[in-house]
Amino acid sequence: MLILTCPYCGIDADETELASGGEAHITRHGAGASEDDFETYLFMRKNPKGVHFERWRHANGCGKWFHAARCTMTLEVFGTYSAQVFEPPKDLIAKIKSKRPDFEGFEK
Amino acid sequence: MSTRLQSGGRLIDRSKTVEFSWNGKTLNGFKGDTLAAALLANDQVMVARSFKYHRPRGIVAYGPEEPNALAGLGEGDRFEPNQRATTTELFQGLTAKSQNHWPSLEFDVGAVNKAMSRFFPAGFYYKTFMAPRSAWKHVFEPIVRKAAGLGAAPDKDSRDADRYEYFYAHFDVLVVGGGIAGLAAALQAGKAGAKVLLVEQTADWGGRAPVDGVEINGNPAQNWIDETLKALEALPNVTLRNRTMGSGVYDHGYALAYERVADHTPGDGRPRHRLWRLRCKRIVTATGAIERPLSFAGNDVPGVMLAGSVRDFMANHGVSIGDRVVIATNNDDAYRTAIAVKEAGLDVPVVIDARTSVTGDLPNKAREMGIRIAEGKGVSSVYGGKRVTSVGICAQAGEGTKTEEIACDAVAMSGGWSPVVHLWSHCGGKLKWDAEYGLFEPDTDFPPKGADGQQNIWAGGAAAGTWKSEHEEVFSSFDAMHSGIEAALEACDSIGLKAKKIPLPKVAEYDEKPPLPVWSMPQGQNKKLQLKTWLDYQNDVKVSDVRLAAREGYESVEHNKRYTTLGMATDQGKLSNINGLAILADSLNAEIPQVGTTTFRPPYHPISFGAIAGEARGDIFKVIRETPIHNWIDANGGFWEPVGDWRRPYCFQKPGESVKDAVHREINQTRTSVSLLDASTLGKIIVKGPDAGKFLDMLYTNMMSNLKVGKCRYGLMCTENGFLSDDGVVARLNEETFLCHTTSGGSDRIHGWMEEWLQTEWWDWKVYTANITEQYAQIGIVGPKARQVLEKMGVEGMDVSAEGLPFMTFADGRIAGIQARPYRISFSGELSYEVAVPAAQGQAFWDAALEAGREFGITPYGTEALHVMRAEKGFIMIGDETDGTIIPQDLDLNWAISKKKEDFLGKRAQQRSHMTDPKRWKLVGLETVDPNTVIPDGAYAVDGTTRPNGVKNMIGRVTSTYWSPTLNRSIGMGIVEDGPDRMGDVIDFPTVDGTSIPTKIVDPVFLDKEGARQNV
Repeated sequence: MLILTCPYCGIDADETELASGGEAHITRHGAGASEDDFETYLFMRKNPKGVHFERWRHANGCGKWFHAARCTMTLEVFGTYSAQVFEPPKDLIAKIKSKRPDFEGFEK
Repeated sequence: MSTRLQSGGRLIDRSKTVEFSWNGKTLNGFKGDTLAAALLANDQVMVARSFKYHRPRGIVAYGPEEPNALAGLGEGDRFEPNQRATTTELFQGLTAKSQNHWPSLEFDVGAVNKAMSRFFPAGFYYKTFMAPRSAWKHVFEPIVRKAAGLGAAPDKDSRDADRYEYFYAHFDVLVVGGGIAGLAAALQAGKAGAKVLLVEQTADWGGRAPVDGVEINGNPAQNWIDETLKALEALPNVTLRNRTMGSGVYDHGYALAYERVADHTPGDGRPRHRLWRLRCKRIVTATGAIERPLSFAGNDVPGVMLAGSVRDFMANHGVSIGDRVVIATNNDDAYRTAIAVKEAGLDVPVVIDARTSVTGDLPNKAREMGIRIAEGKGVSSVYGGKRVTSVGICAQAGEGTKTEEIACDAVAMSGGWSPVVHLWSHCGGKLKWDAEYGLFEPDTDFPPKGADGQQNIWAGGAAAGTWKSEHEEVFSSFDAMHSGIEAALEACDSIGLKAKKIPLPKVAEYDEKPPLPVWSMPQGQNKKLQLKTWLDYQNDVKVSDVRLAAREGYESVEHNKRYTTLGMATDQGKLSNINGLAILADSLNAEIPQVGTTTFRPPYHPISFGAIAGEARGDIFKVIRETPIHNWIDANGGFWEPVGDWRRPYCFQKPGESVKDAVHREINQTRTSVSLLDASTLGKIIVKGPDAGKFLDMLYTNMMSNLKVGKCRYGLMCTENGFLSDDGVVARLNEETFLCHTTSGGSDRIHGWMEEWLQTEWWDWKVYTANITEQYAQIGIVGPKARQVLEKMGVEGMDVSAEGLPFMTFADGRIAGIQARPYRISFSGELSYEVAVPAAQGQAFWDAALEAGREFGITPYGTEALHVMRAEKGFIMIGDETDGTIIPQDLDLNWAISKKKEDFLGKRAQQRSHMTDPKRWKLVGLETVDPNTVIPDGAYAVDGTTRPNGVKNMIGRVTSTYWSPTLNRSIGMGIVEDGPDRMGDVIDFPTVDGTSIPTKIVDPVFLDKEGARQNV
């Protein structure tokens, strides 16, 4: 039963208010994409043991999608941020690095 | 015999007699008793039969760890099986029945299993019920089902007479356990200004300290407990709840507490149980410790009890377990029991202590009282059937040769204490093994952590284990309070609440010597004795079973547990865990920490289904969406079926009419005259903005941006995998506004789907969406006479004639004086107006339509008629023709897939090799050779060949199958390999009875392929 702070309405939302949306920052490959690009887009996920960037929707709240940085091992939440960015904010990356020296930064 | 003593019993009120019933006998207890205490006071030593062997069993423990004394409680609608006598507070009129026996507790036919115990070894279920396969259904399964489970299930017609509720609450610090450690922790946290909840599972505060005669600040512990409670009650930021168990800890400080509000006052109007759904920043577990049994032969004979529990019953209820109590121990604590029994004027013939040299303060005090201590000795066996008659003594170092036999009527045993680490472990806290004291305790280097990545649970008191071990006494009362206070201080500090440490109480300490880890008594216990040495009373698991399982390769503790059933059911590692692990470790020549523990899972102790369900029962079990016509349908013969969160009528039954006849009548009426359909459940989503057309072009497979204002178009939506996900008609309301109809079950999902793309992929597109499904009632007026009905209702401000409002258009105006928007769309193939009116006007419009249509015999129709009519027309249904693996191309829907669009969701996937495979099963119509035979739902078509694995080769399946009253024959739709190229071929659909249904492949449109009926 996670708690994530919705960056839009500012509420510490209980997991029952949220819907998970899998890995964040996936590049869409549509019509005309190569087989490899399309396979990567549709099926390939990082599924890391550790820091993970993922999509959540405040489904039973404000309805907005947002992103969260979370450790899949300890469930520690490093922060949440807008879904309308192509990569995690720099200050969040810095914060994760300070807590997890092994973390090599965000990679697409 | 077990009996009520003349004096003593701190929890009972001897002036208040309570009458209760046990197996039909009326017995008396006192206010403040538990059922267990009252049974013992009435010499009911044997209270149950065991699960597997039906052995006589007595009460072993005082609290929730009790494995045997499970009873069926209450009667009728309040009957509940498997209620623990030790945690059931006695009340006037309580009725209880013992379990696992027939015909009676004293005489039990099933006890023959005991004699057969050699044939029920570990894993016997897996070994015995193997072959022949056919025996499963008729022989083995009925036997296993009859034998499985503990008590009897409540009568299927009974309904829980009580109500239950949830509490939602947020706290800074949750303290679990109201013993002296928990009280101290709560006081410390409360003084720090934290919002605190302190819960205690029993009705009374203080835990073991008052029982064990602890003195705090020079006074009996009870004084300190009373003062502390007063201090806590005076703090506005502290909430106290007794009869409330900390049941489980989950991620990010979510915790459940189970409050038994009215178990002891049934029917008083209060909710019986209350489930607290808590969010806690920090948690302190002060859950104490549980005593372990000793593994000696006959340790399950009624009259053998944990030593600590013996003195619990004496001190709390004035109940003695026997007149001559032999003590068997490996530690100093059990001497407290010896002293208490002696002080009560009863006899302790001997304390059998496995340690060769016994020198602690407590044993010395026992010696001074004249109690004999047999050092270096063990119990060879306990004798007796339905109660203890004597105890055999042997050398602990040997194999169990009896050197002496001592008559007695009770045995108090102590194998040491295990900290209750369940809550610490539920959410990832690690344990470490303390070899000196032989216990697993919280490993403070690896605590559970919260959302902030910081430790969020601290253990205090005995639950913390040996803690800092600054003191000689391992579970000393001083350490308990000190560790509780420290836990609370650290917990508060970590959330920014600084506080001065409250003064540490002074507690007299004993010089206590470490216990001798004894996993087997005697150490080299021979095989014959192992067969009678129980590890898990509740599941009838013996030392021999664990050793056998280990020999058979079940070396992992988790495998061994499941194979032997050790620690399963309600025990969950409370009583059996450590002894079982130790025997397993010994069998494997491994150390206990290497074997590890099984996983501790919530709930700590069973909680009622009622509490879990809360108020969600009956009408509010599931919230139902209702259309504006719902009540009318309900009052007019609507035969409900669930559709998403809605209820829709399957048909409208007239008195004396069968469901089938009703469906056929509705179809005939629609095809020949006119009918009404409540289509309000259809999803309605407004998509608006300069980029709305561009957006819908991505969402639908066909082009929507070129749809003319005032026109409608049928559209398909696919997922990025290319699979069909929804369909519906899109209407363009004005240049920037579209109204998208979705399936009845799909409106929320599709609205979410739209928002997902708009918010996460195309966030720069200027589009808004709004789900207006419930803002409108939508009523279909369907059939050749539909227009006449409309005209009779009175049409204003629009032209609904064939020319004025052609097929696939809509208009805005008034009908029957109600603001209305008729859409010329049809799912039946008939002339059809689906009229959207404001939801509040829905019923008025429905009534007006019924009135206007009376001369045509107008009737409402349900979903089954809708389904049959759409199948007659060969229209696909999302969820029938599609199942998440079907692409539009499979269903001959290429006409609805744009060739011009550069991209749409699913386009790329539909080009993948598997999707373009010509062998994909494709939509066809199915006409059974015998027109009266309807193919069963889900039937597969075969081609007469066999696959390498021996299965018939399948070449297709039926997706829709109905009796068509219009065509007076069976019709079907299905997907078949090469189907569209095999028109006229006959294929076979085998049925479960071994016969086959020969069926001709035909065009899926059975009726009016040209569309003449709807284009009028």
